[in-house]
Amino acid sequence: MENKNNIRFIQGNEACVEGAIYAGLDFFAGYPITPSTEIAEHLSARLPQKGGKFIQMEDEIASMGAVIGASLTGKKSMTATSGPGFSLKQEALGYACMAEIPCVIANVQRGGPSTGNPTHVSQGDVNQARWGTHGDHSIIALTASNHQDIFKITVEAFNMAETYRSPVIILLDEAVGHMREKLTIPEPGDIQVVERLRTSVRKGIDYHPYLPREDDRLPMSDFGGEHRYNVTGLFHDMWGFPNNNPKVVSELLRHLVDKIENNVNDINMYKEYWLDDAEYILVSYGSSARSAIHMAKNRRSRGVRIGVLELQTLWPFPTEMVREKCAGAKATIVVEMNMGQIVTQVKNAVDNPNNVFLANRIDGQLISPTDIKTVLRMIQGKGV
Amino acid sequence: MTNKPFDFKDYIRTRFFPHIWCPGCGHGIVLGSLLRAIHELGLDKSDIVMTSGIGCSSRISGYVDFHSLHTIHGRALSFATGVKLSKPNLKAIVPMGDGDALAIGGNHFIHAARRNIDITAIVMNNRIYGMTGGQFSPLSGSGKKATTAPYNTIDRNFDVAELAKSAGATFVARSTVFHANECKNLIKKAISHKGFSVMEILTQCPTYYGRKNKEGDAVQMMEGYKTNTAKLGSKKLEKNPDLIKRGIFVERTDIPEYCEAYDKIIETAMKGKA
Repeated sequence: MENKNNIRFIQGNEACVEGAIYAGLDFFAGYPITPSTEIAEHLSARLPQKGGKFIQMEDEIASMGAVIGASLTGKKSMTATSGPGFSLKQEALGYACMAEIPCVIANVQRGGPSTGNPTHVSQGDVNQARWGTHGDHSIIALTASNHQDIFKITVEAFNMAETYRSPVIILLDEAVGHMREKLTIPEPGDIQVVERLRTSVRKGIDYHPYLPREDDRLPMSDFGGEHRYNVTGLFHDMWGFPNNNPKVVSELLRHLVDKIENNVNDINMYKEYWLDDAEYILVSYGSSARSAIHMAKNRRSRGVRIGVLELQTLWPFPTEMVREKCAGAKATIVVEMNMGQIVTQVKNAVDNPNNVFLANRIDGQLISPTDIKTVLRMIQGKGV
Repeated sequence: MTNKPFDFKDYIRTRFFPHIWCPGCGHGIVLGSLLRAIHELGLDKSDIVMTSGIGCSSRISGYVDFHSLHTIHGRALSFATGVKLSKPNLKAIVPMGDGDALAIGGNHFIHAARRNIDITAIVMNNRIYGMTGGQFSPLSGSGKKATTAPYNTIDRNFDVAELAKSAGATFVARSTVFHANECKNLIKKAISHKGFSVMEILTQCPTYYGRKNKEGDAVQMMEGYKTNTAKLGSKKLEKNPDLIKRGIFVERTDIPEYCEAYDKIIETAMKGKA
């Protein structure tokens, strides 16, 4: 039985707030930007109620810096933004990759480039989430198409940030962020909440902040606490001291990439609909997936063997899983609201990239089931 | 004040040395004054967090045996804000260069001052970008030579003290590396001050600024700090009002400190009075 007190009728941005609170968020720093602002607004009320801290910073860059500083002290920390702000945060985001500082960044996508289409939907930041900051690195980015899933991936974003000591990006979009629908807040314990792995090294004994354990994990020590150590964005040794020895540099870079890429399967979250007998597979994510699911359901009722693979983990891209799921399909159609950012990954993943097609929409309007049906009919040779 | 005599080795990470500073650089004197100030205040090393950005000056954070956070160019104050708001019991000290603090980091500087968050910003002003090889900074002033100003600068400079004051800093002081003892005493006051404190320290870069502008070697440049500055309220300043002023420009306690003010927000929110 659902507890009626746990039922909300709210925006997707609020579902993200509820997920963050459930995950144990202590600190938020942000800057107003459409269409993500509701996350900041709601957290400005919610965080102090539980003794947490909210700060509106002078810009997007400062917000990212404050989040990293707060996280180091042992607080679960996040910020929220949209395209232009996400661009501004990239340097500090790379710092969090390099210094291995857990943090969560929600990017509620709007149309770009530049100021673009602030109040309209887009999924144009998928590649920016992957490669927005400079230099080789790996990153985790999660997305969702409905409020229950936004809640879940938000909790998982915090869990993964702690597990992999990495920034984790929540890629929402304007449609799902502003849309209102039902959310049932899970009871405590329904979704596992991962706490920070802290060092067992006692005070007074040398603590090596960047000496990985055998399982490649790095236990943390709350900054400003028992152990005094150095944190830097430079390549560094196990003490956290700057070091440009070629061996140290290459080992650290490999570690930063491997700790994520070697765990693709654990990080991968997805949903599937009617894939078992599917001749046609729609690969989609975020609000586009709502239209994909709607269209597939409708076509199936008319006898078309079509299914949907809804991606929730976009980065690291689940190449193997996509290859396996799409192996038997006559055609795979990637449904997204950009010029084709995930379709490139899917073509790269499958055995026959010529059978991968793009159904997209880039005009600030939510892609409709009809838009997808048009592409399907062209593939089927039925005309539009 | 502690009774134990000062030994700089108690406060530095010898593993990190030798430092990167050029011969004649004033930054080592700043470090010396800073460590002596901390020693005399009797602060516990584990109660100090030093956050810095990028540049010659910013390397200070790694050399000291405190909690040290070496961040990205210009943004140290924003990282320090996150640390301080999360752990208000820590003493937050942010050493910055003039470009780091007032060009790329200018926005964070004025907003940290406006908030009056309890952080001590130490602006090590050598009027040049040293680490990148001698480009002019927002504190170089006009008519100066730099590697990016072969025909002299036309950019005017900020007055750090005036800027900090008008942005709302509640403690503002200036000294020089020639006046190492005075500098130490002012740093002590800055660190002890509850609120955003700004300590500008004039420090020479003989390698770039001095050489480019024919101001001589380190000794001559330090001599310049002696002759071209005067204490606030001194006869020297009265006679030569155009000299660079040293001393305390602002010291006020009537503005709430940011973290304490936020604690009151928490109190209100917890009572459900949104």
